[in-house]
Amino acid sequence: MKAYLYLEDGTVYTGESIGSTRESISEVVFNTSMTGYLEVLTDPSYAGQAVTMTYPLIGNYGVTDDAESERSYVGGYIVRELARVPSNFRCKGNLNDFLKEQDVPGIQGIDTRALTKRLRDHGTMNGMISTVKYDDLAPIIEKIKAYEVGDVVSQVTCKEPKHLPGKGKKVVLLDLGAKRHIAESLNERGCDVTIVPASTTADEIIAMNPDGIMLSNGPGDPKTCTGIIKEIKKLYETDIPIFAICLGHQLMALANGIDTKKLKYGHRGGNHPVKDALTGRVYISSQNHGYVVDTEGLDPKIAKPSFTNVNDGTNEGLMYTGKNIYTVQFHPEACPGPQDSAFLFDRFIDMMEGGL
Amino acid sequence: MPRDKSIKKVMVIGSGPIVIGQAAEFDYAGTQACRSLKEEGVEVCLVNSNPATIMTDKDIADEVYIEPLTLKSLESIIKKEKPDSILPTLGGQAGLNLGMELEESGFLKEQGVRLIGTTAQTIKKAEDRQEFKDTMEKIGEPVAASEVVHDVEHGVRFTNTIGYPVVLRPAYTLGGSGGGIAHNETELREILENGLRLSRVHEVLVERCIAGWKEIEYEVMRDAAGNCITVCNMENIDPVGVHTGDSIVVAPSQTLSDKDYQMLRTSALNIITELGITGGCNVQYALNPDSFEYCVIEVNPRVSRSSALASKATGYPIAKVAAKIALGYTLDEIKNAITKKTYASFEPMLDYCVVKIPRLPFDKFITAKRTLTTQMKATGEVMSICDNFCGALMKAIRSLEQHVDSLMSYDFTDRTDDELWKEMEIVDDRRIYRIAEGCRRKFSQKKMHDVTKIDLWFIDRISYITEIERRLKNEDLTPELLREAKRIEFPDYIIANLNGKLSEDEVKQMRYDNGIVASYRMVDTCAAEFKAETPYYYSVYSGGENEAEETSGKKKVLVLGSGPIRIGQGIEFDYCSVHATWAFEKEGFETIIINNNPETVSTDFDIADKLYFEPLTKEDVENIVRQEKPDGAVVQFGGQTAIKLTQDLMEMGVTIYGTDAKDVDRAEDRELFDEVLQKTGIPRAAGGTVFTAEEAKKVANRLGYPVLVRPSYVLGGQGMQIAFNDEEIEQFMGIINRIAQEHPILVDKYLQGKEVEVDAVCDGTDILIPGIMEHIERTGIHSGDSISVYPAPTIGDEVKKKIEDATIKLAKELHVIGLINIQFIDMDGEVYVIEVNPRSSRTVPYISKVTGIPIVDLAAKVMCGHTLREMGYKPGLAPEADYVAIKMPVFSFEKLRGAEISLGPEMKSTGECLGIAPTFNEALYKAFAGAGVDLPKYKQMIMTVNDKDKPEAVGVAKRFKALGYKIYATRSTAKYLNEHGVEALWVNKINQESPNVMDLILGHKIDLVIDTPTEGHGDKTRDGFLIRRNAIETGVYCITAMDTANALAHALESEPDKVTPVDIAKIDRR
Repeated sequence: MKAYLYLEDGTVYTGESIGSTRESISEVVFNTSMTGYLEVLTDPSYAGQAVTMTYPLIGNYGVTDDAESERSYVGGYIVRELARVPSNFRCKGNLNDFLKEQDVPGIQGIDTRALTKRLRDHGTMNGMISTVKYDDLAPIIEKIKAYEVGDVVSQVTCKEPKHLPGKGKKVVLLDLGAKRHIAESLNERGCDVTIVPASTTADEIIAMNPDGIMLSNGPGDPKTCTGIIKEIKKLYETDIPIFAICLGHQLMALANGIDTKKLKYGHRGGNHPVKDALTGRVYISSQNHGYVVDTEGLDPKIAKPSFTNVNDGTNEGLMYTGKNIYTVQFHPEACPGPQDSAFLFDRFIDMMEGGL
Repeated sequence: MPRDKSIKKVMVIGSGPIVIGQAAEFDYAGTQACRSLKEEGVEVCLVNSNPATIMTDKDIADEVYIEPLTLKSLESIIKKEKPDSILPTLGGQAGLNLGMELEESGFLKEQGVRLIGTTAQTIKKAEDRQEFKDTMEKIGEPVAASEVVHDVEHGVRFTNTIGYPVVLRPAYTLGGSGGGIAHNETELREILENGLRLSRVHEVLVERCIAGWKEIEYEVMRDAAGNCITVCNMENIDPVGVHTGDSIVVAPSQTLSDKDYQMLRTSALNIITELGITGGCNVQYALNPDSFEYCVIEVNPRVSRSSALASKATGYPIAKVAAKIALGYTLDEIKNAITKKTYASFEPMLDYCVVKIPRLPFDKFITAKRTLTTQMKATGEVMSICDNFCGALMKAIRSLEQHVDSLMSYDFTDRTDDELWKEMEIVDDRRIYRIAEGCRRKFSQKKMHDVTKIDLWFIDRISYITEIERRLKNEDLTPELLREAKRIEFPDYIIANLNGKLSEDEVKQMRYDNGIVASYRMVDTCAAEFKAETPYYYSVYSGGENEAEETSGKKKVLVLGSGPIRIGQGIEFDYCSVHATWAFEKEGFETIIINNNPETVSTDFDIADKLYFEPLTKEDVENIVRQEKPDGAVVQFGGQTAIKLTQDLMEMGVTIYGTDAKDVDRAEDRELFDEVLQKTGIPRAAGGTVFTAEEAKKVANRLGYPVLVRPSYVLGGQGMQIAFNDEEIEQFMGIINRIAQEHPILVDKYLQGKEVEVDAVCDGTDILIPGIMEHIERTGIHSGDSISVYPAPTIGDEVKKKIEDATIKLAKELHVIGLINIQFIDMDGEVYVIEVNPRSSRTVPYISKVTGIPIVDLAAKVMCGHTLREMGYKPGLAPEADYVAIKMPVFSFEKLRGAEISLGPEMKSTGECLGIAPTFNEALYKAFAGAGVDLPKYKQMIMTVNDKDKPEAVGVAKRFKALGYKIYATRSTAKYLNEHGVEALWVNKINQESPNVMDLILGHKIDLVIDTPTEGHGDKTRDGFLIRRNAIETGVYCITAMDTANALAHALESEPDKVTPVDIAKIDRR
């Protein structure tokens, strides 16, 4: 069956339908990872977005146990060529069936490179995947333009707390759309992790008497999370060590009066170099963010940049002055992508032990 | 960290002659690194014995020494040039070994020179088997159970503890030379004994066999601050067991999940960090296909064939970055040369698929074993880029220029299913074609995977190609089917053949009518995330955006490259293509290169203004012509690959710069050429053109045996043989006609005389001949396999004048604009023409460098309308240079089990080196030293010569006797020598009782075997063949021509006390 991708600038790509045939409008972004499509599809941070994979051959190793959450939250999936026969010792099925099962609409067979260049040059746009051919584009475009990702955190956060027992430090993980591997990275290091819904208040968290608090990644514009920001400010005021990733990093910044801004087309992939401000070392990191903390005029009394992106100089991490708070924009939990910065979890544990 | 300012002068060590396992990739890496160093204001002193390289040009380095890569010669150059540093990681294993030896001997310390790039300790940790194993154990990286052994019994004992099969890897050898897989004790003893002999340190690693696991490689970079990145990973389609150089390789990996990928990536970074490498490094893994279990196979702490492939596959210039790191820069300080915005501290992301296929020499060595093992056999490789795997595979197949163009190119239709299943177990270069046949017969994919261990995903892709074949054959050609067939890169003519009703032109028309045309995509390192500046393109038929950039407005020239490195068409043609490109650029042209060889300098993205990484076939070239509309094309520089496309280019309406195609024809076509000779009054050996064996016998009998039989329009004397009787004619014609012949076969009277060769440039009026080269071996041995001397030592002035006159006459008669190469025979003062090639030749780089006359540059300029006089050159034969330069062929016979090594009219050498010195003796000594002939050792030799050579053998034997050699000879040779006053010890033939000649060879006390083959060509069981093969396989130097033997005796007799290094960058003889 044919499928169409309609962009808000009027561009239409014609390809073949994959996954669900339902019509879906979302923000169209691209990811440059060559492996890890399943992790991308199940990363809650993509809620409300259609993901274009720049690598043309997707689904080669099928569906494995590598999902980063219970289900796929992406608004659409755009690939060049989906594998017909997947192959891997852990393969449990093929990706097309997975997309259908997860009700993810998708399109294959389009020039994903041209689409990527368009998103790069014009900036992230909204788009609609549909199996219907519309000749009159004007009303469609209006509808597409009107779409907003909105407050998606509440859709992706867990409904009930979840507990991963451990013998080490007690960590409360505020789930803003957390990837499974954040909790696992801590738990693997012995931490006792309690995952709590995004709606959990600061007082509730503090009452759990944790050794440390972890703020997770998550989808959408950080500025829409006004309620959570207020709670995070309260957490800031305590002396409990805090480590935050991605959306958590942005929310901590906003809680302290530091602004965030939208990037033209975001950073999504597994090859982003980030430089440690203290050591000068560069690490290759896994990234997925459309917004970034604006460090212009940053008051060093509040926080100092700890990591910077080597490609475009944007902020990749903050160290809060006089506080045991450390936040990063990239994903030390990887999955997909390089594990080079996994040591940051160790640093968090050190921080909880008073070593930092 | 900023650049280390204490580094002012760096010596770069090249890799020497091209041999199997060490080819053009090191010229690419070395050239790129030298340019990168010079860009930083560093003075570069280059040493490489290989004259056919671009790195040994005065444009590339400040001082250029084409000297033997031996300790002695390097030491004298270091003393003379006083570099402060040496960069040893760019010259392959050869360069690395030398750097290590210089360091270990304490010489570098004494001279105040340091190794930069990677330290000696690091190299040792990675290269020494035991240290490597210990290091891996220390950081918890698994290696296959293994043990380093120094004797066979130890190996057998160890293997009994881990069980067969085992892999044997000799330390410090090239291309896995001497290695292999042993399935039982007999095999183990055989391979192990050979491997120990070949290893520089007499050491072999015996390892648990993990054949059948996935073979995955990572290319990693690290700077002195400890920052690491991976440039690329690659997956071998052929599982562990086949040398990666002989495997079909795909980049990036296709069947690895992110977990697998990151597990190995993290391991690679841990390894490079623990080893402390600063620069590039290659890590090879075996990955169990059924679990997360993996083993580190090998680490190469230097640039390699794989790093060249990774550079071309991603656009990330590994050698350039490695050179900058050696100067002290960190990755985040080095600009990404493709995007010019980002930095070298990132990891390339591909949005396409790359396939590499090795170019194996079995078309040249028909007796060689075709099986692929851990010992590399390929002479070169091709790479292709496409947006899907099937398309990339199809493009790579047709880039090979080996009479293959699709998965139907090897026919297995006559096999029964049982036979095909049986043959499916054979691991050779035809395996994918057998799988394709299996797919056509609907064999179970799973079962084919079980037999071959090739991943199911690849088998399914092969199957898909055969499904499209079937549809093209059985269905009417609809636009949809055509679109899909083109998307996976079926050429138009194959579609037409399968369809059976449409012609190629009709298929093409149908494509145009339906908008199915090639569009070009850019290789940009970042999957379009950033805007790229570098026009490095590949084609796809899947529609979409065409990124090939608009034109600069300058005149455009298309330079056709020479494709994969093969015997007969080597790196020298890349030298010519690159120099021609530079010359046209200087003339104000926009330059466009088309080539498909990832090992070469020409496919570096900053050589031409535009690079099209594409197969060199008519259809692929036509697509580029439609895109670029060049003002002209040059075909003179790309060897036979480019020449073959001349007619097609003209039909596309492209002007050919330089000599007119019809004049090229007049030189290549036998009858037309006879007219040329008649007109110019130049004699040649009598002969005729034939198509069949009957005709050939008729001509041969008319001329009288022996005769030379050869196909026309070939390079490297492919299929050329000397026939002594009717039977042999039958045999040779059979071999030649196995490949379809569009052109006639030539049968000439065989004249035995001195063979002489010239390269010349002609501007239409004047001819410049830089020099005359004389071959040491008489006619009958291919010019590429002969030792060649400039200036010609035994040719009189009168004959030289005749050669000059004949060259001028022929160049004028053929209206040559550009280069011409002519081979002559001097027989008793009479000059005969053997052949005329109105194009660049194998000797062009050699003669250019030794005479200081840049003839490729001049050729390109005369094509643009300049005259030789205007450029400051006096026409005619240039005065002889102050140096003698001797080109020595280098062979790779030890890598090719079962290959016949005796020399003849068909070329067999893979590379060459040069000896250059003020005197003939010193030059000859250097030439043998450069070729790795390191004698005397035991002063014992074996002679076994045919009857014809016996009289001359006496003289040779006397000379070696005088040098203190003990001579063993087989019965008739021994008898003859003793009768003629030279003492020779008689040894039994192979099938006679011990001790026989074989025991002698396997006793490892023989320096040299002189074995001239019996007339006629024989089967593999003959004594001579077995003696030669065994000599080669045990590392004994083996000579098969009397002239070569005399030359060696001469070199040994006159070994100079002192060698004088010659800086050829200072030669300019305008």
